[in-house]
Amino acid sequence: MNPRVAQIKTQAETSLAEFFSARASTGAHEAARQKAVALFAEKGLPHRRVEAWHYTDLRNLMREAWPLAAPAAAKVAANDGLRVDIVDGACAGLPRALPAGLTIRALRDVLAKADAALIAQLFPEAGSHDSVVALNAGLARDGVVVETAAGVKIDTPIELAFTTGQGAPRSDMSRCLVIAGAGSSATIIETHASAARAQRNSALVCWLGEGAGVDHVFETTDASPELHVASLIVDVGARASFQSFGFIAHGDLLRRQCFIRQSGEYAKIGLRGVCLLKGKQHADTTLAIEHAVPQGESRELFKHIIMGEASGVYQGKVLVRPGAQKTDGGMKSQALLLSDDAAMYNKPELEIYADDVVCGHGATIGELDADQVFYLMSRGLPKARAEGVLIEAFAREAIEFVGNETARARFEETLSAWLEARS
Amino acid sequence: MLEIRNLHARVGDKQILHGVTLCVKAGEVAAIMGPNGSGKSTLSYVIAGRAGYEVTEGEVLLDGENILDMPPNERAAKGLFLAFQYPLEIPGVTTHTFLRAAMNAQRKQRGEAELTVPAFMKVMNAGAEKLGIAKDMLRRGLNVGFSGGEKKRLEVLQMALLEPRFGILDETDSGLDIDALRIVAEGVNALRSAARGFLVITHYQRLLDYIVPDSVHVLSAGRVVKSGGKELAHELEKNGYRDYVADAA
Ligand SMILES: Nc1ncnc2c1ncn2[C@@H]1O[C@H](COP(=O)(O)OP(=O)(O)OP(=O)(O)O)[C@@H](O)[C@H]1O
Ligand SMILES: [Mg+2]
Repeated sequence: MNPRVAQIKTQAETSLAEFFSARASTGAHEAARQKAVALFAEKGLPHRRVEAWHYTDLRNLMREAWPLAAPAAAKVAANDGLRVDIVDGACAGLPRALPAGLTIRALRDVLAKADAALIAQLFPEAGSHDSVVALNAGLARDGVVVETAAGVKIDTPIELAFTTGQGAPRSDMSRCLVIAGAGSSATIIETHASAARAQRNSALVCWLGEGAGVDHVFETTDASPELHVASLIVDVGARASFQSFGFIAHGDLLRRQCFIRQSGEYAKIGLRGVCLLKGKQHADTTLAIEHAVPQGESRELFKHIIMGEASGVYQGKVLVRPGAQKTDGGMKSQALLLSDDAAMYNKPELEIYADDVVCGHGATIGELDADQVFYLMSRGLPKARAEGVLIEAFAREAIEFVGNETARARFEETLSAWLEARS
Repeated sequence: MLEIRNLHARVGDKQILHGVTLCVKAGEVAAIMGPNGSGKSTLSYVIAGRAGYEVTEGEVLLDGENILDMPPNERAAKGLFLAFQYPLEIPGVTTHTFLRAAMNAQRKQRGEAELTVPAFMKVMNAGAEKLGIAKDMLRRGLNVGFSGGEKKRLEVLQMALLEPRFGILDETDSGLDIDALRIVAEGVNALRSAARGFLVITHYQRLLDYIVPDSVHVLSAGRVVKSGGKELAHELEKNGYRDYVADAA
């Protein structure tokens, strides 16, 4: 009856389907979960004929699915500062003390008594068509829910530290929810590590109320999971500002996908990032930005620096819905290839259905400018140093947008060390 | 000090230098003049070590040492400096950061201690003031948005800070206003000493009124076709290159 040729399931897809059926009914969000399970059953893992995944053929790259990490011990550690630990997909550490107006709770506790409104926030429409997001919706059991009360300014960054326990290879799935109250502001720093070989599927869902400000940072570490799909799903309300910076320097295979929706007028969206890739690393940044209402602003700036046989992907799609007049969009993606075998796939896209908008994009792929290198060398800088100066300048144009000073300094340091190691 | 012996060089398939021989002794200033396209900048790039310029014959000795096999940074550390005809713009690298990196890179290659930030700021600011370079320019991207004359002043500032043993100035006077020409020439003259040599490439005799050369050479079609004293520059100013171009052809 289905006219499509049924695809033969890969070993990984078969395992993932088994993980689904092994899960007991979950209560309040069972309907959302079943919907996701059905979607995954139909679509399977994304592959190169799925446009959004064209350059990252996950079905082909993910030969097997490692067993789901066992839920961590129920005990939750009390952390200093505003640090949250997500270990093996479960909330394992929460801040000992919270400033007024900030609540942070384990998702499993919230789910136990969640109402329909919260379930809807946790499983938004945006991104739900993506089968890896569906996989997450179907299999993640825990994570964290962060809420800021109206008008509250949280100065200390809230750190979401993802890792795994030690031991056998595993997959870990988690879903986190941030609800920023009207006029509140907060910084969320997401760091990813793992102590075992890991396949990670993490999703972060953010809702920004009117006039809220969220500054988000996504950061890899030198112990990053081998395979990681990180989904960021955001709804930006009126006059709110959502800024996200991705700093990617580690991990074998990373896909960062951002589904950002401007749902209120005069909202601002800023997505930026730097990718430092070497060896056989592959990093894919795919953005779907939707301006659903008028007067929105979006800015994207991504810089890839690629050497060895590594490959980078940037796909940025800006959709301006009919009626989303006065949208102001600007997208820039630039890549620097430092070796013959380095590859970059750059695909900015504008889909505009409103007539009174200003949207532009620019994408470049290039090598270091030999004349600039010579100029610096003629002043005494050794070749590697001269190249390093130019690469740093290239990356810094994006890094300077990182709002959090500590994170910015950390990225600059990682960049220097990365450049040091290449010479 | 600098000896260019029978230098032949090409870019790609195009042979540009056809046997240049020229010697500049310590303490001397040699001027090179010559028509557009005669190979003056090519000569300066070959001496500085720009990639893509292939030496097919001959050698260049600095203090008796052949420098042609050294990368540009080693030549710089040996004391060679080229003030570019067209200085490059490098966005994202602030001018003062670049100046400090250059000074320290050379000190390091010579086994000297790096300059501290305050010590560097002091020499940089003093040098900039002498050349009439505004402080805010030093905070901008290297040469980015600088006017033609500002770029040339910055080249001379770099030379003053790096204190090379041998300086090549490729049309440093073009683009300079009358006052700047004098200031820049004074900057060069201040560096003149018994231990230093200069090669000054120019189209205009006026620069040579300020930086008085010990010898003047005419480069035409990749060869030195005439050498003489400073009076040769006056003669060229009056009669042009007609006689020498005809000789070369
Ligand atoms: N990369 C290149 N490829 C081909 N030809 C080149 C290249 N660079 C220089 N040339 C040629 O070599 C010749 C010499 O150029 P060069 O820049 O050395 O001249 P110049 O004497 O400095 O001239 P000007 O007085 O205009 O500065 C010119 O004919 C020029 O077109
Ligand atoms: Mg020239």
